Amino acid sequence: MNAVLSLRDVELARGARVLVSKLNLEAAPGDFIALRGPSGSGKTTILRAIAGLDRFERGTIDVGDARLEARRTPDREMLHRLRRSVGLVFQFHCLFEHMSALQNVCLAPMHVYRTPQQAAELKARELLTQLGVESRADAWPRELSGGEAQRVAIARALAVNPPVLLMDEPMASLDPSRRAELGALLQRLTAAGRTLIVTTHDEGFARQFATRVLTIEGSTVLEF
Amino acid sequence: MVRLVTLAVLLACAGQAELGAQSASLFRWAGDAEGGAPYVEADPADPSRVAGFDVEVAELIARGLGRTPQFVEVAFASIDQSIARGDADIGLSGIEDTPTRRATYAVTHPYYQFNEVLSVRSADAGQFRTLADLRGRRVGTLAGTIAYEILLSAEREHGITAVSYEDDVHPYSDLLIGRLDAVLLDNVLAERRSRTTPGFVTHAAPVAVSHYVGVLAPANIELRDRINRILAQAMQDGRLEAIFRKWNVWNQDQPQLFARVLKGDAIPPVVGYEAEGIATLPRWEATRRYLPALLRGAALTLLLSCGAMLLAVALGITIATGRLYGDRLTRAALGGYVELMRGTPLLLQLFVLYYGIAEAIRLPAFVAALLGLALNYAAYESEIYRSALLSVPIGQLEASRTLGFTEFQTLRLIRAPQAFRVALAPMTNDFVAMLKDSSLVSVLTVVELTKQTQIFATNLGSWVIPGVICATLYLVMSLPLAALARMLERRWRV
Repeated sequence: MNAVLSLRDVELARGARVLVSKLNLEAAPGDFIALRGPSGSGKTTILRAIAGLDRFERGTIDVGDARLEARRTPDREMLHRLRRSVGLVFQFHCLFEHMSALQNVCLAPMHVYRTPQQAAELKARELLTQLGVESRADAWPRELSGGEAQRVAIARALAVNPPVLLMDEPMASLDPSRRAELGALLQRLTAAGRTLIVTTHDEGFARQFATRVLTIEGSTVLEF
Repeated sequence: MVRLVTLAVLLACAGQAELGAQSASLFRWAGDAEGGAPYVEADPADPSRVAGFDVEVAELIARGLGRTPQFVEVAFASIDQSIARGDADIGLSGIEDTPTRRATYAVTHPYYQFNEVLSVRSADAGQFRTLADLRGRRVGTLAGTIAYEILLSAEREHGITAVSYEDDVHPYSDLLIGRLDAVLLDNVLAERRSRTTPGFVTHAAPVAVSHYVGVLAPANIELRDRINRILAQAMQDGRLEAIFRKWNVWNQDQPQLFARVLKGDAIPPVVGYEAEGIATLPRWEATRRYLPALLRGAALTLLLSCGAMLLAVALGITIATGRLYGDRLTRAALGGYVELMRGTPLLLQLFVLYYGIAEAIRLPAFVAALLGLALNYAAYESEIYRSALLSVPIGQLEASRTLGFTEFQTLRLIRAPQAFRVALAPMTNDFVAMLKDSSLVSVLTVVELTKQTQIFATNLGSWVIPGVICATLYLVMSLPLAALARMLERRWRV
């Protein structure tokens, strides 16, 4: 398999407590992986380790051409490669409060990838349109509803076009009628070959939209 | 409860009555022990006891009145106001006989005659003999004195630069290290300093002549007249001479003064300098004359505060980011700096910068003032910025990292702009505080708005008009700033 993401024998801990051990995962382009498990089981910790935000105890993680090693802070070059390969949408969106929705989406293309402002804005409006929030482009984050803020956060992550997109509990801020809408949207994102890992409590959602479902039980991750 | 209140009221009344009885038998006299010998000096063995010729003059008067003398410590520059509000019966502390005091207070007979004399470095003795020789040079003296007024008129007439000090020690030390080229002060002070500090000479020819007097509240004419009779008696029977001889300040000027007092001659307050005596002018005319100086003082305050604040902001940002992003050593060093600057008085820091390190680095007064305020405020600013930076949610910083921003870009684009909005209100607060704290730099010979107001008030003999103008000028400077901050807050909708 031509894996875009692979975790080998990864162990994650919080303090002395081991959350997940011997985690092995290979993800191919177009995979839509749902990661299930009770609260505190380590779902978010797995995403944060893949995004290079937290260190892990054992094993290796490969994302695109970046490799993360256990108990080591990646160097600049490795981080740079990692950032180009993986994006993360946080549960609480974490939009930049001092910028409009559009500016939130444009900022990384302009300052990290040196895209000219006009081109960055054009692309950002396109993404906001795709996600159905183009009318909110000039709104401040505090003026957005939970669902709108989430879509802007997805657009912000997609603006730098990462092959792997991680999403932490995207269902949390949505009412049931919106879940199907989001599920369909995420499916569209994978259609173009993007790999998606989504944490969720919602088994129905996982079964309906994901191509693969991983469940954390105890400290092991099982795939059914 | 009612009983308790009654008891408290009774006790308070009893206390008041006792205080009243006490003050009738006490002769409370105000002076400044910081002035030192031979006027009023705290006893090194027991600082609550004072010694000096003014102490003995006070004792002499108290004996004549049949009362017990009690010393009240009052800062030299505030003795007049303190007497006016009734803190003491009389002020005696080498207080100069000025037209203003005569016009606004009840002033005793002059009891000692002094000369305003010019001191220069020994090497310059031949070159600088009079104020006219000092064109383009800096001449120092005590603020709010006759000598300062003489120097201000010499600025206009002879092109010297008048430098005002808050004490009579630093003019001489600054003369020796070259910050000044001459000092104009009472011969009593010059002689005292020459005994402990070699390296300067004092020209005997007086620039002006005046006297020391006792100052009483304007309504206290009756007591003043009794004191005058006691002083005249002591001039006649040699008791005053004995006091001055004991303190080594007796000279041939005094018998002449005594003779004129006893004869009832009219004695002008100052000879040798045309004192303007603004206290005798209509208030609006006095105000009109002082307004340009007050406006210059305000401009200096504004320049100093703006400059120091700019520096403090830049330094504060550096310290705050250093404490958040630096290694352990940097964090410890910057933390130590903040605690040192916050934990010690600004006044002390200003003294160290200007006088303390003068042997090594001779900073000009304005630069020392600017640096002192900036270094002190930087410590406070840095804590504002540090807490403002910490207030930006960590999630946004992580989001920024996952998007590929470097730490510096995250700081510049995400963290700092949001922190600045949080810091704006406390920063405005500090700037307004700085406008007023800048008045402390008058100890470094910088005559800013508050100092200028004090000089005006001393010469006018009243704080009402100078105080109102001073307050208005400070408000005129601080209100637009507050309005600007509110406008920015509205625009950013903090």
